[in-house]
Order: sequence, then structure tokens, then C-alpha cells
Amino acid sequence: MLVTGASGAGKSTLFAALAGLLDPEAAEVTGELAVDGEPPAAARDRLGLLMQDPDAQLVMTRAGDDVAFGLENAGLPPEVIWPRVDDALAAVGWRYGRDRPTQALSGGEKQRLVLAGALARRPGLLLLDEPTAQLDPAGAAVVREAVARVVVARGTTLLVVDHDAAPWLPLVDRVVEVREGGLVEHPPGWAPVPRAAGLVLPAATAGPARLGAEQAGFTYRGTTTPALRPTSLQLHASTVTAVTGPNGTGKSTLALLLAGLRAPTTGAVRAAPELAVRGERRPHRWRAGDLVTRIGTVFQQPEHQFLTGRLRDELELGPLRSGSGSATARARAEELLERLGLAPFADANPFTLSGGQQRRLSVATALATAPAVLVLDEPTFGQDAATWRELVTLLAEQRAAGCAVAAVTHDRDLVDVLADAEVGL
Amino acid sequence: MTASLSLGPAPDVPLSRINPCAQVLAAVAVSLALLATLDAVTPAVVVAAELCLLPAAGLTDPRTLLLRTWPLLLGAGTLAVVNVVLGDAGLLGALGIALRVVGLALPGVLLVASTDPVRLADALTVHWRFPPRVAVGSLAALRLVPLLVAEFETVQLARRTRGVEAGRNPVARARLVAGIAFTLLVGAVRRAGRLATAMDARGFDSGIRRTNARGSVLRARDHLFVAGAVAVAAVAVTTSVLAGTWAPLFVGG
Repeated sequence: MLVTGASGAGKSTLFAALAGLLDPEAAEVTGELAVDGEPPAAARDRLGLLMQDPDAQLVMTRAGDDVAFGLENAGLPPEVIWPRVDDALAAVGWRYGRDRPTQALSGGEKQRLVLAGALARRPGLLLLDEPTAQLDPAGAAVVREAVARVVVARGTTLLVVDHDAAPWLPLVDRVVEVREGGLVEHPPGWAPVPRAAGLVLPAATAGPARLGAEQAGFTYRGTTTPALRPTSLQLHASTVTAVTGPNGTGKSTLALLLAGLRAPTTGAVRAAPELAVRGERRPHRWRAGDLVTRIGTVFQQPEHQFLTGRLRDELELGPLRSGSGSATARARAEELLERLGLAPFADANPFTLSGGQQRRLSVATALATAPAVLVLDEPTFGQDAATWRELVTLLAEQRAAGCAVAAVTHDRDLVDVLADAEVGL
Repeated sequence: MTASLSLGPAPDVPLSRINPCAQVLAAVAVSLALLATLDAVTPAVVVAAELCLLPAAGLTDPRTLLLRTWPLLLGAGTLAVVNVVLGDAGLLGALGIALRVVGLALPGVLLVASTDPVRLADALTVHWRFPPRVAVGSLAALRLVPLLVAEFETVQLARRTRGVEAGRNPVARARLVAGIAFTLLVGAVRRAGRLATAMDARGFDSGIRRTNARGSVLRARDHLFVAGAVAVAAVAVTTSVLAGTWAPLFVGG
């Protein structure tokens, strides 16, 4: 069964309730919930969980030891544990030995291992909470392949909670959507409306080049293989350039170079002469205060960029840091809060926002200083359909306003809908 | 990140075959000898014996060795210099102090280089009845350390994108690092909370007596190892007494 619905609809709360993870002192529970006729907290032995962050679920340093962890907790003797560990690893399609260090695994393989750890306890119900939300498409495919094996091989009940319904449809028999006011069960054969359907974006005509990489490459100190091979590209005003390609080709590294956060070890990154700071055209040489008025950057994880305790302060920070007066900064913050629908949260702490709201806020903080160039790393990562559309519209508006936008992305829909140029690494 | 910070499985070196409990006991034995005296001969003998074990811990490459021990050597050196300049210990006394610091710390370096943290936790829970909640909890926490190091870099870059940067001002730099550390701490606490949830979901809090899948066995060689350490301590003390340098820390009433 798949439980889907927009961000903030209560899917994760439902998951936590089913998993018996709700703190009875912190939550007000109405109604009744039963797993095999018992409250979930009492039936936890029969539940297997797979959650979002693989690094917050692995305990041991070796794969086999990690799968054994749950069996040790059940007090089983070693001669029972190891056959069950091997069994569980085989069930998820594990390709390495028991001794494989867990820290060397990719995100997808880590989740595969967590799944094996849950399976080893022979749960009657497997609960999956957006298990692919922090993975790239290749990693997500690994996890779904492992889940598919498990469902076929065993008589386990599977419950997946995910806002992105489409990839799970081949694996599930029932689809339930959480909406305001309750649950809606979708008939067999249902498919979600494509998120890009009917989206009308403002058009723009390409302007002059704003920022360019000339054979820019990057090699980390102490390593010999370059993180980014020499790459050339030009970002023009009023265009969106998508940077695509498989993992490990240096997409995020290229974003760091374009954003003026790292100096290329070969080649150069240069801004247009009109953006130069006292004749200096290389962004990594600029002071941070000069950088933010020229190039705005949005990281993959919004929390990394938040610095203050209130949304309003967060939006005023950039303008203040780059020398705007406090009145100008306040006006700019008000305008952005209003436009991005964040005004009701103006005095809230950024960390209390939902994932989608945090994403919008991190884009807004970059826009607060009205930069000529916007660099985004996986801007649509883990966003539900509604946030996705908002974000794409917001970026298209920036393009229409003359901004040169570069987006590193795995998201095919984003490239199709928004990109004027695509650079494949 | 760097090799010294990777907390994954330790490489299989000869010293890995010694049970971690035996290694800890051996360290206690030589430490007692080191703490009992203020002379330079005792620590010199102990350090010499410990250095002989470096190849067994796979620490033969001078660069790797330096990478793992430079903070220790720096600390010991500083201590010696301070004692020569400010104290009344004299050159030989200062050398003795530095050697003691090295002698006390080297067993730790050897243990870390040769022992998988999981095996250490196994040994401590099996032989010395350490509470699993502490031992396994520490293991889980240890896994998160390299993640923190990687995140430090990211957060530092993220601050620059917000117009925050220290430049050359050391005070601003210290404040920036403090701010980053706080951000990381908040993130680490949140992740640790999720990890605890995931561990309990796999029955860590079930209250059932935990078994150990790998087990931990004390063999004859482990006893020999501890006996060897006691012998080293004895030889060190004897040499010192015979050489007439023995200077006990606690002179009996």
C-alpha cells in the first residue's frame, strides 16, 4: 500500500503513529490505531522501518554487523543470527560481503542495508517513510529494486509513505492519499497528474553573458583524480542553464566554482566586466559582501544556509551584509515574504518550517540581494508537486527579470520545462 | 576526509589478533610504572618497548605515523620546553616528562590503529560487562564523526553565500568557527535523535538481554601479551633502580 499526499498533509505523522514513535507526552492522539489488534508501540517487534536519512539508521562499521544489530537486541544466539543475516542480505540483493565497511557505501546501498537490517527481524509489516527522498535517481532505483525483491520473495505487508507516488505504483496494490479532511483511496490504475502539466511560464529573451567558465577544473588537495574535468560554459542574462550528468562527474563542484566558493585548480571562472569588483573578475577573490550582490547560491540542504532565528532576519541579512541600509533591507524582506507566501511565518524560526517552505526561504535569501547570477544545487530535490511548481515558476520569474540562472539537477522535468541550455558532464 | 579520522573497520594487522581487553590491561600495566616515577630511564624503557610494537600495528610508514602522532609529539615537546624554561626539572627531568607523556599515549595510538571500534565494544561488553547501551551507543556516535567533518566544510561555504566571512580578522574568524560549530551541533543532535529512534525501532530498547553475534574470546596469546607488558614495566623499574635514577612520585611515610 502507498500513502501519498502533499508535504505537510500529515503523512509523516501517520507514519510515526503507525510505527509507535509518537511521544505520548508531546502528542495529542485522537481515535484508535492498531497493529495486529495491539497499539503500535506494543507490536514494534513485528514492524520493520526504513526512513529517509541512511546515516541516521546505520549503527555498525561493517555491513554484516549492522544487520546483526537488531537480532542481538532480540537476544538471539550467534548461531541463529548469522544465517538470518545472510538470508536478509540475499533478500535485498546485497552484492558485497558481510565485511563491507558501511562508510564506503553510496546512499542507495546504505538504504539497501538498512532494509536488510529491518528484514532480518522478520517483520510482518514493513513501513517505509520516503526512503528515496535524499537519494539521486540512481540511488532511488537501487532502493526500489531492493523493495521489489522483498515484496515478491516474502509475504510481508508493505506500507510506503511518499509524496512522489509514480515510481511506487508498480509495487503497490492500493494507493491512499492524505488530504485536508481525511483519506481518499484511489481506484486501481490511478496515476498522479504530471507535475509539469498545464504550467505556463513567463518567457524571456537571452541577454549578454554574465559569468563564464573557461576550461575550469578542480582537483582536491591530496587526490590525483580531478573532481571536475576542465569544463567551459557561459551563463547569459535571462536564461536558465541546466548542468546534468551522472553522480561523481563534478556537477556540485562546478556549482561551487561558478558560485565563487572555490577557486578552480585549472582554467578560470570569470564574471562579465560590469560585475567586476575593483577590476577583479574572478568571483572566488571577491569579499563575501560583494559576492552576495552578484551571485546568489542555493545549496542542496537549506538548513546549512540559515543563520538567524527569524525568517524576517534571515531575509534582511544579505542586504545588510552587502551595505544596504536597514530600511531598504526591511522593505526588501517584506516584499519577498509576501511574494513567496511566507508572510504568515515572518517571525517563525527557519528551522521550524516544512521542507518545501525551507526551500522557498533559501531561494528567497539568495534573491534578497538581487544578484545578477543565481546558482542552484538540486533545487527541486525531494519537493512535492505543489512546491515543485512554485519553485519552477519562481525561477522562471527571475529569468524574465534578467537573472542568469544555473541549476545543477537530476530532475528531467525541470530541464524539460525550464532549461534554455543544458550542459551534460 | 583524512585517514586519521576514518573510523571504519581497522586494517588486519598482527596486533589486531590481540583482544582489546588485553591491550587495555597491558596499557594499564605500563602506565602504572610510568606514573609511579619521575625519572627518565623508566619511561625510556617503556617507550622503547612500545616503539617495537609499531610494525605490529601496521604503523611503519613514517608519514602515517607522523599524521597520527603529531598532536601528541607537539604536546610532549611543548611540555618539555616549558619545564626546562620555567621549571627546575633540568634537561634530563624535562626529557623524562616528555617521554612519560609519549609512553602513556602510545598504547592508545596502537589500539586505535589495530582495533575495530566494534571489536573493542564487543570485548568490553563481553568480558567486563560494560552496559551495551553505553558501548553500542558510543559506536553509533563514532560513525557520525566523519560526517561532521565533511559538514563543517559545507557550512563554512554556505556562510560565504550569505555574505558572512571572517577575512583576516582573527576575532571574526573565531566567532565564525564558533557559529559553524553551533550549527553543526544542532544538526548532530537532531541526527542523533533520529538515529536513536532507528535503533529503538530495531529493538535496542526492548529490555531483552542483548546477545553478541561476534563474541569475544580471550586466548593464551592475550594472557601472554599482558604478561609481556607487566614484564616490560618490571624491567623498566628495575633498570631505573639499578641505574640509581629511580625517583618515586609517592615517597612512602
